[in-house]
Amino acid sequence: MGKDQLLSVRDLRKHFAVKGGLFSREVERVHAVDGVSFDIGKGETLGLVGESGCGKSTTGRCILRLIEPSSGEVTFQGADVMRMSGEALRALRRDMQIIFQDPYASLNPRLTVGAIVGEALEIHGLAKSRRELEERVVQLLETVGLQPDHMRRFPHEFSGGQRQRIGIARALAVEPKLIVCDEPVSALDVSIQAQVINLLEDLQEKFSLTYLFIAHDLSVVEHISTRIAVMYLGRVVEIAPSRDLYDTPLHPYTEALLSAVPIPDPTVKRKRIMLQGDVPNPIHPPSGCHFHTRCPIARPDCAQRDPVLRESRPGHWVACHYRG
Amino acid sequence: MAGSTHASLSAKAPAAVPGARKGRRFSPWQEAWRRFRRHKMALFSAFALFLVVFGVLAGPFLWRVPINEIDFAAKLQGPSWAHPMGTDDLGQDLLSRLIYGGRISIAVGVAAMIVAIFVGMLVGALAGMASGGLDAALMWLTDLFLSLPQLPLLLLVIYLFREPVKGVLGVEGGAFILIVGVIGATRWMAAARLVRAQFLSLREKEFVEAARALGASRMRQVMMHILPNALGPVIVVATIDIAAAIIAESTLSFLGLGFPSDVPTWGSVLRDAKDYLDIAPHWALFPGGLIFITVLAINFIGDGLRDALDPRRVL
Repeated sequence: MGKDQLLSVRDLRKHFAVKGGLFSREVERVHAVDGVSFDIGKGETLGLVGESGCGKSTTGRCILRLIEPSSGEVTFQGADVMRMSGEALRALRRDMQIIFQDPYASLNPRLTVGAIVGEALEIHGLAKSRRELEERVVQLLETVGLQPDHMRRFPHEFSGGQRQRIGIARALAVEPKLIVCDEPVSALDVSIQAQVINLLEDLQEKFSLTYLFIAHDLSVVEHISTRIAVMYLGRVVEIAPSRDLYDTPLHPYTEALLSAVPIPDPTVKRKRIMLQGDVPNPIHPPSGCHFHTRCPIARPDCAQRDPVLRESRPGHWVACHYRG
Repeated sequence: MAGSTHASLSAKAPAAVPGARKGRRFSPWQEAWRRFRRHKMALFSAFALFLVVFGVLAGPFLWRVPINEIDFAAKLQGPSWAHPMGTDDLGQDLLSRLIYGGRISIAVGVAAMIVAIFVGMLVGALAGMASGGLDAALMWLTDLFLSLPQLPLLLLVIYLFREPVKGVLGVEGGAFILIVGVIGATRWMAAARLVRAQFLSLREKEFVEAARALGASRMRQVMMHILPNALGPVIVVATIDIAAAIIAESTLSFLGLGFPSDVPTWGSVLRDAKDYLDIAPHWALFPGGLIFITVLAINFIGDGLRDALDPRRVL
């Protein structure tokens, strides 16, 4: 993969222990993230899609070390994120930020908007005086399309879209290089979704940001991403440039997902691929290819052999024994 | 909710904030006060409690009859102009004794609450933030204290330690510290469990995660983000703890294990009155009524605060 990488993730795993029994022994293990690898280049937007519970959000949080991964490597600007602690980790917080899904849960109801947005400046000592801090907060609020006088208000006085803008301003305060957007528009009305996505695109251009954009909705991701990674049960099954993935999906799971995206043209008829059954329990993921239990093209050996991601066309990676 | 308001399709955010009244805005605490005011019973109770507290604080300056002036000619008298609450079997003026006693009872109630809430918050916060071994140990300790029978324990501790503490801190001071300490030490468990539960749920909230992502230290996460949001229910428990501590002090005094017998408290006046219930009922009714009104008022205030501080409640 290319040289201009900002972030590279290798074989990331996160297993949550399910405790029970007499002395809280680990009785079972949820394989939330089960060997995820990808790279993100500078200025790029990598869309990460998959059903709920497939480990997208856990992947994002592991990269930020908000959740401690079980194993794997995360390299950010050439530095090993997994081995960071103390001051190095604090410094990393200035370069990597996160925007949350639920704008109602992600803002402290007891703080004013000014205090929320200014917190990062306080923590990292980015403002020398009270006045400088306020000026910077006003500047940040204006950047995300809010008014300066919103600074003295409390989160409950704002609508969902405005709250999400506050969350974006908070993330921007430290001038990060990478922002993990954890389903930033899933909780918003469709009309507001467009506003927030446009804002994110404007900001990316203005501050040359790199995004890891997590979503469960392919139509949202298509609009903003340069490349897209599709996840299923803790693993990446396909990574390809946005256009490429939409035009010629290789993995049967990607095909099924894409066939569910509505086309805004009633005359176009498309074959709808319906997947059978539910997502298997991540405590006992299927052997071999995780997808074989629901795959329309599965063959007997799919249950035995783990497929690895391989480059079937330049830049288009797929993890399937029989496609690509 | 504000989320259901219409929004324009343009990329610019709407300038006016829907839901906010022009010119007047409310912080979460002001919002709570607005809701508290709608609770008529709580508001009335707050007024009643204010009167009682004001009465016992300002009383000695307005009613200058000494608490220990013995006058056998006027013993066991009912209410009169000379003695508005009557007199006891030594002819001492009950009003001045109850004013003095109220100071002690309320001071014990507030001080014991502070001790209980402080210990409870400390234990609860440590358990809630630590999780794992320390959490389990602290909760076992809490369960242990909960399973102790409170009154026999109080009696035992006071019986054992009254003399040594008296030696160090003097008669009244020693009794005060001992009673406050003992009541506080047996009443912190509710607060500890509550704070722990609040911490466990709040520390997983996204705004705390956001603070962590910004590089906030654990201390900052607790002081800025977790504790302020956990405070509502704790305040409710604290008010109710004052009432419970006043009752506990009265019980101890009634049993003769509180303050020295010449120091009047509401409970000890009640104890002295119990032998004369048939000939001088006023002697028991006034302290009993004061305990009743104070405790009831505090409980109603606690009720009102619970409604006012619960953000899910729409009033």
